[in-house]
Amino acid sequence: MGKDSRLILDPLADNNPITIQVLGICSALAITAELEASIVMSISVLFVLGIGNVVISLMRNIIPSKIRIIVQLIVVATLVIIVDLVLKAFAYELSKTLSVFVGLIITNCIIMGRFEAFALGNSPWRSFLDGIGNALGYGVILIIVGFFRELLGSGTLLGIPVLGDPIEKTGLYAFGYENNGFMLLSPMALIVVGIIIWVQRSRNKALIED
Amino acid sequence: MEHLELFFKSIFIDNMVFATFLGMCSYLAVSKKVSTAVGLGAAVIFVLAITVPLNWLLDQYILQPGALSWLGEDYASYDLSFLSFIMFIATIATMVQLVEIVVEKFSPSLYNSLGIFLPLIAVNCAILGGSLFMQSREIETLGLALNYGIGSGIGWFLAILAIAAIREKIRYSNVPPALRGLGITFIITGLMAIGFMSFGGMLTGGDEEAKSEDKSAVIEVIKEDIKKEEAKLKSDLEIAENTNK
Repeated sequence: MGKDSRLILDPLADNNPITIQVLGICSALAITAELEASIVMSISVLFVLGIGNVVISLMRNIIPSKIRIIVQLIVVATLVIIVDLVLKAFAYELSKTLSVFVGLIITNCIIMGRFEAFALGNSPWRSFLDGIGNALGYGVILIIVGFFRELLGSGTLLGIPVLGDPIEKTGLYAFGYENNGFMLLSPMALIVVGIIIWVQRSRNKALIED
Repeated sequence: MEHLELFFKSIFIDNMVFATFLGMCSYLAVSKKVSTAVGLGAAVIFVLAITVPLNWLLDQYILQPGALSWLGEDYASYDLSFLSFIMFIATIATMVQLVEIVVEKFSPSLYNSLGIFLPLIAVNCAILGGSLFMQSREIETLGLALNYGIGSGIGWFLAILAIAAIREKIRYSNVPPALRGLGITFIITGLMAIGFMSFGGMLTGGDEEAKSEDKSAVIEVIKEDIKKEEAKLKSDLEIAENTNK
């Protein structure tokens, strides 16, 4: 059991897919201007990676290794189409915000990376745990970045104003606080992730690169 | 004129790496040396120039709502657009395989320089992203689609070339240990992206803004926050300088 729980816990911090393995950066940066979009993206990846890992793991003995990339892509693409259709049906506005980035889950390197590195060589149950763990590790970073960008950029969380009203000057704004609109622009996502990496590696010296 | 505009727009303003963060994984992983970065960049231009027009044809004649009408009246009401992800990725994966075989056969020297990067490209988000943006921006003709593919490829090439050159030089600077490698690369990319945002002013004439909604939203924000931006930029540069010291 201890071994199985490590599959979930490791990717959350010391083997995080984004900050340590450097996989799946693209979507992590592009859609994190709002917390809600980050959460939905994390859930979508959780679904695709959890199920996809099980499917690949079940088929691992019958996939010829020469065409495995195409097989993997087809499996992911099918799951992503399901996610896309569900989002369009139940959260249309949000699916507009995410636009092409739902489709880009297909080429999210986390997914291919875990298929190659784990699901092709392990039993379905362990692959499932690994998928969930890595998707959670991805989600944690996305949610941290989304939290700070939305809080500092527009003073809201999940669309609810938490710092007062910027126009009527209530709450923090009464003291002259202003929203930093710059946080909403894409380059700040990179810098926020850079700072997260900085903090993480200062706390755990073993992760420092030469 | 339309061609020229789209070409510059896809290289600078909608730069794959700096504006939409596509292909970041290989951008970060393969940018340690200029020579390998050039190889991968060239392969990306090549594959984008082939797959974007192909996927444009696929989109126009098979996937769009009503696209099947060339088969006859009965098919005019079909809408296969939900299949676009799977069709695009299948096209890309096959084309990459095909290109690899053809290049290996006819130009072994090119194969040796591009060879190892070609399989990597099938799962590079920049390639699929190129096709998906081509679809969502409703590019009108095959020529423009080809133009868009090449332009985006060149934009990606410039980005990876620039970061590889910076990373080669940064080895001689004294970066704080915890920021070394990945961390500083992220922050440099962020600063470069801020620089590339200034290209947004190049084509702000009239209907260009109306065409792409998200771009005009970004421009709005830029106008509003231009002062804050400058202040922030200065402090960011100071931080970067201090960290370099």
